[in-house]
Amino acid sequence: MIQLEAIKKQFYIGQPNQLEILHGIDLQVKRGEFVSIVGASGSGKTTFMNIIGILDRATYGTYLLDGIDVTQAKDRELSKIRNEKIGFVFQTYNLIARTNALKNVELPMLYAGVAKKERMERAKELLTLVGMENRMYHTSDELSGGQKQRVAIARALANNPSILLADEPTGALDSETGRKVMDLFQELNREKGITIILITHSTELAEETGRIITLKDGRIIKEHNLRGKE
Amino acid sequence: MLILENIELALAGLRANKMRSFLTMLGILIGISSVIAIIMVGDAMNGSVMSSMGDLGVNNISVYITQKNYNELEEYKMKNRDYVQTEMLEKLKFQFQEEIEDIALKKSLGANKVVNKRRYANISMVGVNQGFMKSKNLTMLAGEKFQIKDQNDAKNIVLVSDKFVYNVFQEAPQKVLGRTIEIVKDGKYYSYTISGVYKYTNTGYEDVNIPKKEMRTDCYIPLQTALLQSREEEKYEEFDVIARKGVDTGKLAGNIQSFMNQSYYKDNEKIAISAESMEIMVKQMSGMMKSIQLAIAGIGAISLLVGGIGVMNIMIVSITERTREIGTRKALGATNQCIRLQFLVEAIVICMIGGFIGVILGIGIGEIVTKIMGYTGKISIGSIALCVLFSMVFGVFFGYYPANRAAKLNPIEALRYE
Repeated sequence: MIQLEAIKKQFYIGQPNQLEILHGIDLQVKRGEFVSIVGASGSGKTTFMNIIGILDRATYGTYLLDGIDVTQAKDRELSKIRNEKIGFVFQTYNLIARTNALKNVELPMLYAGVAKKERMERAKELLTLVGMENRMYHTSDELSGGQKQRVAIARALANNPSILLADEPTGALDSETGRKVMDLFQELNREKGITIILITHSTELAEETGRIITLKDGRIIKEHNLRGKE
Repeated sequence: MLILENIELALAGLRANKMRSFLTMLGILIGISSVIAIIMVGDAMNGSVMSSMGDLGVNNISVYITQKNYNELEEYKMKNRDYVQTEMLEKLKFQFQEEIEDIALKKSLGANKVVNKRRYANISMVGVNQGFMKSKNLTMLAGEKFQIKDQNDAKNIVLVSDKFVYNVFQEAPQKVLGRTIEIVKDGKYYSYTISGVYKYTNTGYEDVNIPKKEMRTDCYIPLQTALLQSREEEKYEEFDVIARKGVDTGKLAGNIQSFMNQSYYKDNEKIAISAESMEIMVKQMSGMMKSIQLAIAGIGAISLLVGGIGVMNIMIVSITERTREIGTRKALGATNQCIRLQFLVEAIVICMIGGFIGVILGIGIGEIVTKIMGYTGKISIGSIALCVLFSMVFGVFFGYYPANRAAKLNPIEALRYE
């Protein structure tokens, strides 16, 4: 499902200040898993996440996503893959300003070319799933942090992605709303079988997931299976 | 489908930043409205000048005497031999019988006033010949134009304008036929029977400061009648030649001028003859109008250009402000083309709305200005469409660079942008 092999990422290639951030990472994530990637800042977490989310390309190594070799794809194809296979949840929510929740959730489907009516129905369905059915027509500045994150999760799920990629999703929330968001992830994983990769620096949150992968200085130093679950 | 969504999005963005959107549009708005207003005013002026010239007839050649080496300080008393005499006209007509259809003559008897109890009208008495009747396109509301017999018999009949009828009688044109009007000239009474009423048309030379009621209109009487009354010799300072159809009036004017000067004014040191073709005057006039219009339209175009640069500037600011949004959109699967289209549509929408308001404002200004000037101006649908198209092209032109910049943003950097 996700297969990363010997991933290396270098910056400033061919220049005197050439820098290698990732030194060969192997990782496999199966369908329905809930994996967390932890690491201190500077461990290469963000770079790794960008590669998983195909916002960036690895310098060396192969990355198979649902059997597609992503490292060979062109920019245009990458947009399409991001659109169809990856759902992003950001620390800062990144809802589109001045746009209501419904339109935000519709956006990935818009880029995928889904018809208007279907788009709206699916968006409503998803907002109901995350418990935002009463706030569908509110714009992002009329929503609280927790509510924004719920909308963002609904948006990430819009095109039935293979992975939900969450980068510090509770980082900007207080512990109570953060808890609720985590519960939502758990529920989505358990009941809907959605694959989730959670990037966090909090070991506490990581311990709730099925598998913890610890990064340090661009290498995986520890893999810890918590649930023994597939 | 994406285009529709983009338009919706652009409109929402414009609504959210009303002040900024308005200021952005302002340049385009002023540019387009000034261009439209100028076209309208120009058209109105052009139209009025052309129609007043058309009244004189494009087939006409205006012939008049001019003073040689004219000097303001020197006073010159016209001598009898300086004027154009009847036999000269006969000779001229004979010389160019292939080209000349008729000659229009008029004899002005000066300004006067017709009083009917407490009502009155200001008039100019003008004696006219049959040629004049032909050259001047009078629209008769009642009665008829003069016949040759009226001229030969020097009948005391008069053609008056509908304005005159309204001012003096306040009755329908049909009802005043056969009535008599009286004027006093040099202490003598003259009376004329109204034989026709013509429709007054604006000449374009009216003094707008004079109230409509006071405006002087022409009363036409047969030329012979006027000559008898004035007791002067038959002599003219000017006359119009009506050319036959298909004749090159410019060339004929030149021929008439040289013929008259060669035959009658060769030895005259003070006076010469000038002949001008109306057609050429009209052409010159419209050429001049066009260049004035073009110059002002050029100024409008510069303001459009400045407006366009304003749009570009605001678009760049807006893109910088929304870098994170662009990053998010890219993460959600927007291709570069999608982003480019979004911002391009935004620029076009701003320009189009600006252009649209500009067109309405321009028509409004044009209407007001032409009203004040006393003309009627119109603008073709084509010009409006061209203006709107122009503003759209501006949107594309000035929107492309910022939109392209947005499209090429690196999603990682855009997402990280604070």
